[in-house]
Amino acid sequence: MRMTTTVLALIAKGLSGASVRWIDCQPEMCQRVYFANHTSHLDALIVWSSLPENVRNLTRPVAAKDYWEKGRIRQYVAKQFNALLIDRKEIKVHQSPVDLMIREIGKTHSLIVFPEGSRNPDEEMRDFKSGLYYLSKKRPDLELVPVYMENLNRVLPRGEFLPVPLLSSVKFGPPIWLDHKEPKVEFLKRARESVRRLKHL
Amino acid sequence: MDLLTQSSVHRATSMLAQVLPMPMLPKLPKPVALLQLPTMILLGVVLVLLGIAWFGCQYLRRLPESRINPAVVQSFSSRVSGWWMMYAVMGLCLLTGSSRLLVVLFFFVISFWALREFITLTPTRLGDHRALFWIFFIFAPFQYFLVYIGQGPITLGKFIPFELDAHRLFTNFIPVYAFLFIPTRIALAGDHKRFLERTAKIQSGLLVCVYALSHAPALLDLNLTNEKIGKVGSAGILVFFILVVQAGDVFQFVWNHLLGKRVIAKAINANKTWEGLIGGVISAALVGMGLSWFTPFSLVQAAGMSVILALMGFAGSMTMSAVKRDRGVQDYGTLVEGHSGVLDRFDSICFAAPIFYHATRFFFT
Repeated sequence: MRMTTTVLALIAKGLSGASVRWIDCQPEMCQRVYFANHTSHLDALIVWSSLPENVRNLTRPVAAKDYWEKGRIRQYVAKQFNALLIDRKEIKVHQSPVDLMIREIGKTHSLIVFPEGSRNPDEEMRDFKSGLYYLSKKRPDLELVPVYMENLNRVLPRGEFLPVPLLSSVKFGPPIWLDHKEPKVEFLKRARESVRRLKHL
Repeated sequence: MDLLTQSSVHRATSMLAQVLPMPMLPKLPKPVALLQLPTMILLGVVLVLLGIAWFGCQYLRRLPESRINPAVVQSFSSRVSGWWMMYAVMGLCLLTGSSRLLVVLFFFVISFWALREFITLTPTRLGDHRALFWIFFIFAPFQYFLVYIGQGPITLGKFIPFELDAHRLFTNFIPVYAFLFIPTRIALAGDHKRFLERTAKIQSGLLVCVYALSHAPALLDLNLTNEKIGKVGSAGILVFFILVVQAGDVFQFVWNHLLGKRVIAKAINANKTWEGLIGGVISAALVGMGLSWFTPFSLVQAAGMSVILALMGFAGSMTMSAVKRDRGVQDYGTLVEGHSGVLDRFDSICFAAPIFYHATRFFFT
């Protein structure tokens, strides 16, 4: 199990040539939510493999069930990197994704989420969905770490299945928290801005 | 050792012939010892000198108050350690048996990485994705495969009555076939926005990073008629080539700092001056004359070749600087941790390789 995940992480890194930078933030074992811009199916795998191994083992990417349950290889990869698969089509009232995430991480695990919802083919990031807000409303102790990925949409664009080995970069920024009584819209704007500003650092 | 590898390759190819109905049978060229004593000594001396230079840099950095700009020392020391690594790997490749495979692989890896840096900096669109996949995984490896088979003709099995000339395919595969394929593939993807520009960008990347650079390992295949080459091995000419191009680079850098006044093109590269260029070319010629003893060139010929190499090296770094300025970056490695990339180190070698290859082939074989 350990071996294959390490190999998978190495392949993902080699393919995307990802250089990792931590800006005003250090890899920590504490419970965190990494939230990133979403442009490619590789995103979750890349953020996950950019983390140091001890942190990686406690971190679960949140991914779309409809994509990652198609085919043996995807199922295998999703299982190896311990993905938390969310059904995008059937969101029930008592089974909301946020509740599921909170239940699954318990007191030890961290999450990787993509608040834009689906992959974004444009340059400009989309507005964030509200999941991140409800997540930190229910668990205000979680550190929210913004992550910006560049060039991954060129490595594996939407609708392509063969990757091209260009160089990409992953930047982790300083954590943010939900302020007391901060309105939802304001918070989501602030979160989006914290990812966007990493682009130029 | 020689015979052993040759015969095992023949055995492998004949086994392949039994399995495949229409096999490609590379007729291997006559075995030539790649590395002989003089070249080996030279490589050793270069490694030791670079090692001393590196320790010198470390010493200069430690000095509490020195009048030398620390940024210059830093950039020089990173260059020196890069070169040391390169010569060490090249020496190792040449030492391990007489097979060219490792040298060809070494240059393939550099080509691949340089192409990666080039295309990363070049804005492409979604419609270019499939064309990019072709250049990375089909054209670049095939070009180096052709270098590996070398000069020998490829026969296409019993049923096809003609032979392919590997050398001719090596020189025209990318500029003819790949260059016609790329725009076609992009057109098929159905995106016409900035079509010519995108095509030109991908073609230039392939031309400089793969096609031009692949001429460096191809130097090993030149059938040099001179008697001297038998004594030094064909690796000598490759080592001569790289040493002289880099000496040209270094001396241009030094003369720019010492005498540089008239800047050639400020918007492209503010450090390159006419004084630096002329000084660099003359110094490279002197270095080339000093190294002529292990090449097939006479003193005058070595000087002439070195002048060509220094000028082409200059052309390469100016051109690649222009691309960088256009993209608004300092180095090709900018995306990677902010220091210079592979293409920053190999730009001069990329431009010098094909010209040196053809000049040597034309005049000395």
